[in-house]
Amino acid sequence: MRIHCPYCGPRSHAEFTYGGDARRERPADSNPDTTWWSDHVFLRDNPRGEHQEYWQHTHGCRVWLRVTRDTATHEIGAVAIAADSSDARDNEDRQ
Amino acid sequence: MSHGPYRLAQGGSGIDRDAPITFRYNGRRHTGYAGDTLASALLGNGERLIARSFKYHRPRGIYTIGSEEPGGLLTVGEGARQEPNRKAPTVTLHEGLSARSQNCWPSPRWDLMAVNGYLSALFVAGFYYKTFMRPASWWEPVYERFIRRAAGLGRLSTAPDPDSYLQADACCDVLVIGAGAAGLGAAQTAAASGARVMVVEERDWLGGQLSLAPGTVDDEPANRWIERQADALEAADNVQVLRSCVAFGLYDHGVVGLVETLAPESVDGQARARYWRLAAEQIIFATGALEQPLAFAGNDLPGVMLAHAVCGYAYRFGVAAGHQVVVVGSDDAGIGNALHLHQLGVSVAAVVDARHAGESALHESITAAGIPLHAGCLPVRAHGHAKVKALRIAPRQSEASLSDQTHSIRCDAVAVAGGWQPALHLQCHLGGRPAYDPDRDIFLPPALPPGHHHAGACGGFAGVEAAVESGRAAGSAAAVACGKSSMDSQTAVAPAADATPWGPASAWRVIAAPKGGKRFIDLQHDVTIEDIELAYREGYRSVEHLKRYTTLGMGTDQGKIANMLGLHALGMTAGVSPGEAGTTTFRPSYVPIPLGAIAGSHRGADFRPSRIAPAQRCHVEAGGRMITAGAWHRAEAYPHADETIADAVTREAGHVRRRVGIVDVSTLGKIALIGPDAAEVVNRLYVNGMKTLPPGKARYGVMLREDGLVLDDGTVARLAETRYLLTTTTAHAASVLVHIEYLLETAWPELQATVASVSDHWATFAIAGPNSREVLAALFPDEDVSNEAIPFLAVREVTYAGQPMLIMRNSYSGERAYEVYVPADYGEAMWRRALEVGKPHGLAPYGTEAMGVLRIEKGHVAGPELDGRVTTDDIGLGRMTARRKPCVGNTLRDRPGLQDPDRPRLVGLTAIDPNAPLESGALLAEPGVEGVDGLLGHVTSVCYSPACEGKIGLGLLRHGDDRHGEVIEARDPLAGVVIPIRVGPSVFVDPDGSRLHD
Repeated sequence: MRIHCPYCGPRSHAEFTYGGDARRERPADSNPDTTWWSDHVFLRDNPRGEHQEYWQHTHGCRVWLRVTRDTATHEIGAVAIAADSSDARDNEDRQ
Repeated sequence: MSHGPYRLAQGGSGIDRDAPITFRYNGRRHTGYAGDTLASALLGNGERLIARSFKYHRPRGIYTIGSEEPGGLLTVGEGARQEPNRKAPTVTLHEGLSARSQNCWPSPRWDLMAVNGYLSALFVAGFYYKTFMRPASWWEPVYERFIRRAAGLGRLSTAPDPDSYLQADACCDVLVIGAGAAGLGAAQTAAASGARVMVVEERDWLGGQLSLAPGTVDDEPANRWIERQADALEAADNVQVLRSCVAFGLYDHGVVGLVETLAPESVDGQARARYWRLAAEQIIFATGALEQPLAFAGNDLPGVMLAHAVCGYAYRFGVAAGHQVVVVGSDDAGIGNALHLHQLGVSVAAVVDARHAGESALHESITAAGIPLHAGCLPVRAHGHAKVKALRIAPRQSEASLSDQTHSIRCDAVAVAGGWQPALHLQCHLGGRPAYDPDRDIFLPPALPPGHHHAGACGGFAGVEAAVESGRAAGSAAAVACGKSSMDSQTAVAPAADATPWGPASAWRVIAAPKGGKRFIDLQHDVTIEDIELAYREGYRSVEHLKRYTTLGMGTDQGKIANMLGLHALGMTAGVSPGEAGTTTFRPSYVPIPLGAIAGSHRGADFRPSRIAPAQRCHVEAGGRMITAGAWHRAEAYPHADETIADAVTREAGHVRRRVGIVDVSTLGKIALIGPDAAEVVNRLYVNGMKTLPPGKARYGVMLREDGLVLDDGTVARLAETRYLLTTTTAHAASVLVHIEYLLETAWPELQATVASVSDHWATFAIAGPNSREVLAALFPDEDVSNEAIPFLAVREVTYAGQPMLIMRNSYSGERAYEVYVPADYGEAMWRRALEVGKPHGLAPYGTEAMGVLRIEKGHVAGPELDGRVTTDDIGLGRMTARRKPCVGNTLRDRPGLQDPDRPRLVGLTAIDPNAPLESGALLAEPGVEGVDGLLGHVTSVCYSPACEGKIGLGLLRHGDDRHGEVIEARDPLAGVVIPIRVGPSVFVDPDGSRLHD
């Protein structure tokens, strides 16, 4: 499998570390709702098909990426820098 | 020079008759030629029976001319290089090669276990499952040992592998797998476009099927054409051709695993093989096709071989498979081998064609060549004991039914042509299933993602011309797909396939059996037609069940030439087509590959990278006993000549308490954090308060995971308003960095701060003990090191000898102590200097073991306590974290399970007997309450404490806070001991911490 790192170009997946579902909405640290936090930490969907995932280019530039991957075919779609991703900001603002 | 009895007087396009090679087979000296394989050399010397089969110990000979070989398995090499189950056709002959038969005793000819063959009525499919059921207790001690001894193939050497292996990561535009007619055509066309092309060929010569029989390409003799293509490819700068290189696995996104054999063994630094992880933009499969066997009684006897293999041995190696060869087939390509053999000087005893006389134009040529033709006949039984002596044939009465008027032909070899099946193993590794084409009776490649192309026989293109054309078309398409224009892209068009079947009908493959004859499908695992029928009767009807019940195709050859025949047999039994029967799953690797190549240099001391601290040399010189801690090499103690390790540890720990010691803690994780929002980041990362930490001060900190449990602890040093140095434990250095990076980039992108690992940039030494201030003063003569200037938990950035350094006053040992941070390049020099200037004050090095003793005496938690299951309350840090603030893990630490008052708490433990054999991991239990009911927790850390003059430890004990002063039990069921211990506070030394602040 190969992931196109926006900084480093196409690199082997061996250089990356999987970081979990990128569609999860992380509650704010001040959020005292145990249920919401439990869902965030422990509950995962296991979809067949397109999936948004965090990957870190651990053995490269170390950037955290938001990668669209098809779990059935391993096809890699859009790759975005996680910190630039508007979704992450939106979540933070809303909470 | 003797040829060997079966070496033809002339011919052999692949051997050099001027370069004889001596090798040993079962202790005997034999001669072959450069260019020979072990199989061709053995056949040339008349060695027919070379192995015994897996289950019945039936005689086995060489059956094929490639890696699909099911029967001709030998142990090659001696001593540490002894390697079992090598397929004779794939072993390149070399001087001094030593090969032995396996699975037989005392010899392949006189094999005592061959008695299994006479008991074969018992050893049917599922025999083991049915027989070795009762009593169940006999399975391991009796049955399994017996089976392992009786069955099984060769034996591996148990000595360490003396050879070395290389690894390579590479990429290319176009990878061509297989260098036969199709592969060479594809490579040429792709290369002409300027694309970077790699060609890998499993054999150590190019040409594939084209190299195994006389023929022409583009009106040119095939051998000359191959040579010309090869020369052109070798001469091109943008092409790399790898021979003896097998593509064993296909992975996502064009990644292919290759193993390239470089030499038979490592001599003078020569690596034996190279493992390639290759990423290709475009992949062209030109893997060819596999000739299929026929199922008739005795079809496993040595001397029965695939027809193209018999032809190939004669053409390429000048070796006759026999002096009287019978060619059996049912199409022109198959029986055409008889004419090739005749021209090459091999005596053909007869041709047996299932078609009636006159149904083929070749019949006339065969008769004209003086070869007896038996048309309209099928083979029913091969006769012979250790090798074939005669072939019995029967005329067909109708399509499949046979006449009783059988006829026997004397022969010493039978060349069977059972049709062809595309080689699709690699193409199926991504999970696709092959598609059955009923017209041609073959399976075709599954649909693959863009970037994968098929050329030649594996793509269903029959014949040399179609192979070359389809290769050129694939090469052109691949070049265009990776953005290279191709001159040939207009002209190269894949030919259309015709509907001619590639093999005979089922009834001509699985031939009706005479009484008592065994018709083999899988020659390696001794699976017969009867086994398939039995399995079906017993309900194993899915092809996947059938495979596992009969073990069809589960040998080292993975049933390459057995599976198709098995599907026809299943189809006949079940009344379905092979397509409806379906195929089993193909998985890497295509052929067995040496594990040594996968491991590469990652073995022994190099199993993983070693991390060496900057002052490492000093520790070794000082007699430090080195141990590994994760990837790090650390000194556990510095024993004097007459000291045990335990004595040294006690001495070193005591020395720190009385005078002063120095320990290398460079392995601690160190993370630099900078940015306008660094203070906010620190406050969110640590569960205890960090807002009030002023510049120039350090504070102990605990990080939680998001689930509320403790992740790690360390020191937070605020070097300046927006600049921090965070330390982590050695074990968690990497995971804490990832944790912070993840939060900064995904959860808190609005915070302006960034982190970098500086673990390798600083060498860090802790100087601890009552005299530590004197040592520090001597080490930094220009600095004011007074208690007022550097109080407890102060951090000072200083410059010494022009280098920036850090002094941090904190303590792990409980004594007055300083950590000194030195640029890594100066770590060794500074360590030496510290010992030199510290000598008058009694400075001595101490190791990790003494460090552990000191921290247990002081009740500091470390890895054994922070095992990923504890809360801050569990380890006695509840008060420190009582003030709530938003931080990672703050919410989920409130989960009821983590607030349970019954949770075990950190306590100090003192063995009543100071020399008791207390070990960490022992269970804490209520005295007098046996079994699980009495269990209260466990011992986490143990040491002999010089300060307490006895065995002490830390542990997690249920209601531990309420049990101080009580005596309970530490049970160690592994050692079989129960040790009375007294529970107390976790801090044994200087409980009020007065030594820290002086």
